[in-house]
This record gives sequence, C-alpha cells and structure tokens, in this order.
Amino acid sequence: MRGALASGCDFFAGYPITPASPILMMMLRDLPARGGIGMQGEDEIASIGMCIGAAMSGARAMTATSAPGISLYSENIGLAIMGELPLVVVDVQRLGPSTGAATTTAQGDIQFVRWGTGGGFPIIALCPSTIAECYTLTMKAFDLAERFRCPVFLMADKELALTMKSVNPSDYVDVEVRDREVVDPTELDPPLEYRYEPAGDVVPMQLYGGKHPVRFTGSAHTEDAFITKKPDIIGPLNEHLIRKITDHVDEISMVKTDFEDGARTLLVSYGVTAGSMREAVTLVRANGTRVSALTVQSLWPVPESEIVAAAAGVDRVVIAELNPGLYKRELERVIHDVEIVGISRIDGVLISPEQIVEVIV
Amino acid sequence: MSTPIELLPNPTLRTEDDYPFCPGCGHGPVLDALNSALVRLELEPHEVVIVSDIGCSGLSDQFFTTSAFHGLHGRSITYATGIKLARPDLEVVVIMGDGGTGIGGAHLLSAARRNIGITVLVLNNFNFGMTGGQHSTTTPEGFITPTTPSGNLEHPLDICATVGVNGAAYAYRGTSFDDDLVDRIVEGIEVDGLSMMDVWDLCTAYFVRNNKFSRRQIDQTMEVLGLESGVLYRSDKPEFTTAYRRLAEGQHEGLRVKSVVATTGSTLEKRRHFVVAGSAGGRVRSAARLVALAAMRSGLWAAQRDDYPITVKSGHSVSEVIISPEEIHYNGIDKPDVVVIVSDDGVGKAGPYLEAMEVTDTVYVVAGLVLPATAAKVIVLDAAASETRIPKASLALALVSHAVDRSEIVPFDLFEATAGEGGFGEKNLELLAAGVALTEA
Repeated sequence: MRGALASGCDFFAGYPITPASPILMMMLRDLPARGGIGMQGEDEIASIGMCIGAAMSGARAMTATSAPGISLYSENIGLAIMGELPLVVVDVQRLGPSTGAATTTAQGDIQFVRWGTGGGFPIIALCPSTIAECYTLTMKAFDLAERFRCPVFLMADKELALTMKSVNPSDYVDVEVRDREVVDPTELDPPLEYRYEPAGDVVPMQLYGGKHPVRFTGSAHTEDAFITKKPDIIGPLNEHLIRKITDHVDEISMVKTDFEDGARTLLVSYGVTAGSMREAVTLVRANGTRVSALTVQSLWPVPESEIVAAAAGVDRVVIAELNPGLYKRELERVIHDVEIVGISRIDGVLISPEQIVEVIV
Repeated sequence: MSTPIELLPNPTLRTEDDYPFCPGCGHGPVLDALNSALVRLELEPHEVVIVSDIGCSGLSDQFFTTSAFHGLHGRSITYATGIKLARPDLEVVVIMGDGGTGIGGAHLLSAARRNIGITVLVLNNFNFGMTGGQHSTTTPEGFITPTTPSGNLEHPLDICATVGVNGAAYAYRGTSFDDDLVDRIVEGIEVDGLSMMDVWDLCTAYFVRNNKFSRRQIDQTMEVLGLESGVLYRSDKPEFTTAYRRLAEGQHEGLRVKSVVATTGSTLEKRRHFVVAGSAGGRVRSAARLVALAAMRSGLWAAQRDDYPITVKSGHSVSEVIISPEEIHYNGIDKPDVVVIVSDDGVGKAGPYLEAMEVTDTVYVVAGLVLPATAAKVIVLDAAASETRIPKASLALALVSHAVDRSEIVPFDLFEATAGEGGFGEKNLELLAAGVALTEA
C-alpha cells in the first residue's frame, strides 16, 4: 500500500477478500485526502473494470485480490493486455482451489496469472519475499506497467500480508517510477492510438480528456482502434503484444543471488518461501556445506539467463514452493542435464528451513 | 428531428460510414437520435466518451467521431464509472443491449445506487441479436426465441424501475419510433446523476421473425406488461463523483507510520517463540502485540502471527510471537518456548504446541483448564485468588505479564513501558501488576 502511494497511485478499486482486504481498506482510507479515488466495487469484475476505465483517463490504477478474485479478473486482464493499459494487480495468494482454506498461505497462483486469460499472451509478474520488498516491488510494478503498457502482477501471499513483523525502514528502497508516456493532450492531429511495428516498441498512450478523441477496444483492432479481423493487421498486432515484452526481458528480470564457490547444490525459491530458504542456507553453511541460493523476484517473464547461469556447475537444483511444483516446471524447461528436486507443501503450512536442509544434506 | 443542425459548430458527430445493422433494425434510428442530442448539446468529439458493450450495440462506437471504449460484455458500466471518476468533466455515454442488463445486472444496480453521472442507453430489442436471437432478461413471457422454443417462462426485467427505485437520477422508457427521443436523450445527458434510457426497438433478424413482432406490438407489449413509457423516475440525489470529491475535502491523510525505537540492547542469544492461546474477545492479540513491541524496543526482531475464526468474539484466538536477535525470515513456529493458555478455546488449539514442547519450556495456564500431555513445565495460576479482580477479557494480559516477568525473553520494564502507553495504559499497568503477583494454584 505504501509502495503504491509512493508510486503515485491515484486510483484503486477492489472487492473484499481475505487476505487482500487490508489493502482495500487502507487505500480507501488514504486515497481521498491525496486527491485520489478509492472504490469498493460491487464485485471483482467491476473493480478491475473501473481501474481499466480510470487508467484510460490518466489514472495510475491498482487493484488487489486473492485467487478467487483473479478468476473473476481473468477476462478483463485480457482486455488490459489487448488495449495495452498500464495496471497493477496485486494477488495476495491463499490456498485453493475454489474458496480453499480461507485463509492459509500458498503460492498457488503463479502459473494461473501467467495463463489466466485466453490467448497465452505474456504478462509481467513480480514476487516480493519480504515486507520491505512488497514496497519496492510495488513501485517496480508501477514502473514496468508504464514502460510496457500492460498489466503487472504483484504476487504476495497471506503470510506477507497478515503476519506483523518488525521491519527496518532502510530496507524500504524507492524505485523510480517513470511518468506515463503520453501523446500531448493539446495535439489536434495526433498519431494513431496504436503501432505494431517495430513489434518490440511501445508507443506513448493517448488518454481521454485531451483535445482529440481517443479510441480503445478490446477487439482485435487496427492501429486507430477500429475492429478488424484482417490477418495482415491482427498478425502484427498479436506479435507486438508478445514481442513488446519478450524482446525486453532483460529490463524486467530481477533475481537475488547468494552464490558460494564450489557449491554443488543451488537452492531456488521466491516469495515467502525464500525466507525459509535463506534460513536454510545459514544452517547448511554453519555445518560447513557449500550451497548457493537464487531468489526469483520477477517470475514472469522467467529470468531464464539468470537461472541458467546460476545452475551452471551445480549437480542439483532444489526448488521450494507452496504449491504442487508450479515453478519447478519452468526450471525443468530452462535447465538441462541437472537434477531438479522440488519441495512442495500444499497443506497451508510453511516449508520450514529444516525441511529444505534435509534435502540438501 | 427538426434540430437546425447546420447552425451548430459540429454538424454531426457521426462518421461517414453507414451503419452495418440489418434492414429495419431499430438501432440506427436510436444512434441517429443520440448524434442529434450530442450535436444539440454542442459537445465536441473529445468531450464525449461512448462506452459500448458487446453485441450489435457494441458496434455503435465506431460510427461516432467521439472518444470510444469498447470493452467486455456486460461490463461497459464499470469502465464508464472508472472514466467518470477519473475525469468527471467528460460526458460518458454507455450504449448497451438488453443482454448487457443481464450479465451486467450487478453493475446496473450499483450505477443506480451510486447515482454515477453517466448516461446509459439500452438498445432493448428483447433478444441477443448478434448470437442468433436467444432470449434475454427483457424477453416478455410467452415469446419465442431459439432458447425458448415453447415460449419464454421468465419474467422480463423492468429496467427503469430497477434503477429508478435504487437511486438513479433519471429513468426513461421509450421506443426507437418516438418523436421526442432526441429531447429525452438531451435531458438524460444533462442530468447530473445516472440517466437510464430504456429504448425499445425491433430486431428484424430474429425477434420480429420469430414472434411476428411489429412497431404496434411494442406498444401493445408495454401495455400488457403494465409498463409505462416516458420519464418515469427523477431524483435529485447528489451525483457520486461530485459527492465523493466533496467528502474527500478536508479528510486527513490516514497513513501514519509510528516507528519503534530500540532503546536497550537485549541479551537474548537465540530465537524464541511465545504463544498466547485463548478466546476471541479475550484480547489475546493485543497482549501478544505488547510482547512483540517490547521485544522490538529491546533491539530484537519480532513477528506476530494471529489465528482466529472469521467470527468476532466467538471461538479461539491464538497469537504466535517470534522474537529473535537475527532478522526473521521464516515465520513458522516448530516449538514454542513459552505458551500462555487462558481458556478452553485456547486449550483446543494448544495441542500441537504442547506436544512439541520440551522440559525446558514452560506453559502458564489458568486454574481449572485440563491440558493435554506435555513434557513442558506447567504452571497453573490462580487468577480467582488475585487481590485485584482480573476480568475474563483481561486474563490473557495478566498471564502474559506473569510469563514475561518469569521468563527471560523480553525485559519486563520495556513490556511495562509499552503496556502503559495510550488510553488504556493505567488499567493495563494494574493488570500487569496483578499478573506478576499471581500465585500457583
């Protein structure tokens, strides 16, 4: 929440759901006095819909929910991808499926947000592993949303959201959040709303409320946002929606490394489980065993080169996650000829450092 | 439509393209009426956002030179709401079909209840024209559609009454054939709050064909259903965005971060786990919080993890406090060092903790509770014998006070200083003293 305010977020809409409700309550409490708007939607669909409308009107918008709410966001996430709208979506994960064990912690949505809307088009997802990182990565999420004009997910979880912890103020690192690149609102003869070539480029947005009318559509569209099904237009359009992200993975990739020379095992984790991994590393090293660790902060797109580099020279990669092995499959996709061991818990209990240590030694 | 449009600065807000609608479809005339209304209001294209839904009506925005938003089926009102909230100076006009009033019914209701300053034009032709004429929320009973082959059994939605009794500023029902449609749309747009224009028209492709429906039957159907036409509801309830901004004026910026300053160097060498188990409403969490805050004051790291049911003041309440000289990366508790239990609800949740505890650990419990087996040292405290009366809701604080005093996890003076702050400080200190003085039963 503080990260969002520090990012200049001036529009929030959400629907109550544990463990994301504290964000809703705090944003609705704090935004009005800052000149912003905070809304409780009649449901999740309305909440993200309002954010999308507001984003087209110049707002820096955010919404927050948990897994069942992401299901309801799904279609509108596709709309934001298609219409190239900057939007931050916080997913405070809890154990599912369905209503699940409300409310115990989990990391079960990390593939869901990647593939959660039709078409398979890329999104960006960041994953904080400490409370301070929630602040920093929220700012980063707003920055990336502006850079790439697309929805950016912040993958938190119940443990990060609801467990009170002492924090060190100096760990709250600010990230520069770029201003939205927009076409001059006083321009009377503006360029077209969209541009698909070069495929990897992102053009400045046009917002409602300037001196020229602006069109937006969730249908496949021409560069001036009229509905079309012409293959020679929607081919480049869809290629652009992919390439504007995949061509710039290096601008998005964020990992934290703790490498040790001569380590035979690489531990990989993300989110709250990375905390257990960190304590496991301390325990293992205290016993004289060498071990390396990699915390993935940008889950999507997968920071493939960082993962491959980290796995170079080890015999074994161990990944701990609170789901049935959802990110393990990404490691299996990018790392070859190295044994990959998964530690999973899906019973609502955190993976303990000892559980990780057992696998290493 | 005798508007002298040639005299106005914008003779039209229509593009040069012809509508793609079927021959005889009523949508074209309604959109022409909207155009005339926008022209009469002397609105420039950039001052208007047409938000179109999905279906035949969803094509509408492309025939206007205004700003446009074409989103998902049934959700047009939500985007329009977001646009209006962010830019109240824009005229936002939703164009949706009767289909949208079903899938987006919740949005319709909420738009009315908020009285958000948008205009909603429903092109109501009683069926889903684009997908083959299936029945919708407004299909009258008995009518034939591909999905009601033997006649519709569902009661048709009264759109105007729905929004009208729920706070909308303006609700009008008419038909695409009405002479005064432009006047009414002008009126609707000029109204500050939510304007609903329920405009009935003919779907010549399906509804007309399947039911031998006609212009005359539109009027007859209205009569049979007991629905009136014209301006049916008006209210002067304040418009939402205006009211929101007015309410926001003078509000305080809520965010206040109060730092805890570490005043004393603690001598604690390793991580400790302190658990308080009791009943919801027994101030378990606030007692645990004082321990965590005192730990922070002593220069330690602290984490507090609460567990309680969704109800309030009913069932268990358990707080786990982790205290450590090192930063806490793992929030789990394998084995507590100290457990305080103050009620049967607490006993019910304490089993796994007690089972994991060892002889060096301590359980503080009020007299009268039956505990499961544990290797830990159990100290039973007689709260009833206390000279200061300890109310049930304060047992947690009193026993926590006793436990803090007897164990060496958190300095008692810092716990006391923390508890003594704020409005309840004096009362807290009395309870702390009573807790320390408790004797074994």
